[in-house]
Amino acid sequence: MTAVSTMETETPEPIPSVIDLREEFETSGVKEVLAELDRDLIGLAPVKKRIRETAALLLVERARRSMGLAHEAPTLHMSFTGNPGTGKTTVALRMADLLHRLGYIRKGHLVSVTRDDLVGQYIGHTAPKTKEILKKAMGGVLFIDEAYYLYRPENERDYGQEAIEILLQVMENQRDDLVVILAGYAQRMDRFFESNPGFRSRIAHHIDFPDYTDDELLGIAEKMLDQQNYRLDPVAQKSLADYIARRRTQPHFANARSIRNALDRARLRQANRLFETARGPLDAAALSTIAAEDITASRVFSIGTGKSKGEAK
Amino acid sequence: MRITQGAFSFLPDLTDDQIRAQVQYCIDNGWAVSLEFTDDPHPRNTYWDMWGHPMFDNPDAAALMMELNDCRKVYGERYIRVVAFDASHGWESVKLSFIVNRPAEEPGYRLQRQEAAGRAIRYTTVPYAADKPTGARYG
Repeated sequence: MTAVSTMETETPEPIPSVIDLREEFETSGVKEVLAELDRDLIGLAPVKKRIRETAALLLVERARRSMGLAHEAPTLHMSFTGNPGTGKTTVALRMADLLHRLGYIRKGHLVSVTRDDLVGQYIGHTAPKTKEILKKAMGGVLFIDEAYYLYRPENERDYGQEAIEILLQVMENQRDDLVVILAGYAQRMDRFFESNPGFRSRIAHHIDFPDYTDDELLGIAEKMLDQQNYRLDPVAQKSLADYIARRRTQPHFANARSIRNALDRARLRQANRLFETARGPLDAAALSTIAAEDITASRVFSIGTGKSKGEAK
Repeated sequence: MRITQGAFSFLPDLTDDQIRAQVQYCIDNGWAVSLEFTDDPHPRNTYWDMWGHPMFDNPDAAALMMELNDCRKVYGERYIRVVAFDASHGWESVKLSFIVNRPAEEPGYRLQRQEAAGRAIRYTTVPYAADKPTGARYG
């Protein structure tokens, strides 16, 4: 059996006397991840700063470990708080990659779950379900979106508590095996941590995701369109900026996600417009240009800003 | 008498780190690993009880180690083995199987002779442990 070869006892590596952090930074691939983060994600300056700090800490910790100065595995569980559409899932993916390259997790995959995946419907159903997910996430990152739904104080027989207990146990005892990231709205997460002090003390890194500014959202919109090979004509760009300002004041605003939905609908209107008005063949530029009227046709413009009754979607 | 079934059974018992490395090797080959336990050590007893489901989609060996530790808590005085199944040719076939837990005392086997027609003798082995009912055999 070829498997036997993995059983040889490992010879301990000699302890290095000096470590070049700059070189570690470049060879471990952390530099690339951080550069990618800077390049691909618009805005989020405080988040990027926190991630850079965390990366520095982990790099130093790793160096200390290789010199035999530190033995305990650091607590890596995190909480990401922020409004919807501020990039929490995207950053969690990058974080998994970062931790993997630094050698803190063995596989570097991300398992994204919500309450439904952890909590069962019947008694005795929750523990196996939660354990199944935990097993799947081992060696990687478990991302729990809207984590506060796990705890429902209004129902004392809610099975969420059971899931929380198993989670806490694994977060404490198997810190080398998986990293848990809890995500959700800031205020509700605060309340969740207040009522579950066990979580608060086991989470080392709290990262807050700010809302995007109007300019950043416009940049994101352009990036999204660029990826799909669309472009805005100059007038459309102005009306999109106008759209963003108006959309923000209306209910159910979800930052980048609202923008993505708006662009999807603009593409729909563009297709419709081309279909109805085009006489004769169209060139590539016509097919990939979004005009102002595709955007201004949105309901957001017809509803008075700020005092809308209906849902602006 | 130490029973020798499956891979590595003539070696000293594997440490947890060695078990983890073997299991990771199986997972990296795309095999599904699972745990089975029994208190009937007869070599022809191939039907061991399953501990949970086979783990088809866990990329890391830590998942199996967690289950193994749970299984040891409940059945620490029985035999526990890791089985790795390969499904790449359409059916599950065992690729690797090795014992990861055994009782502290293994009493071994009794040789039984049965006299058959014409002074012929038939031999069979019976585990001493099997004299007791299942569940009360070890410890």
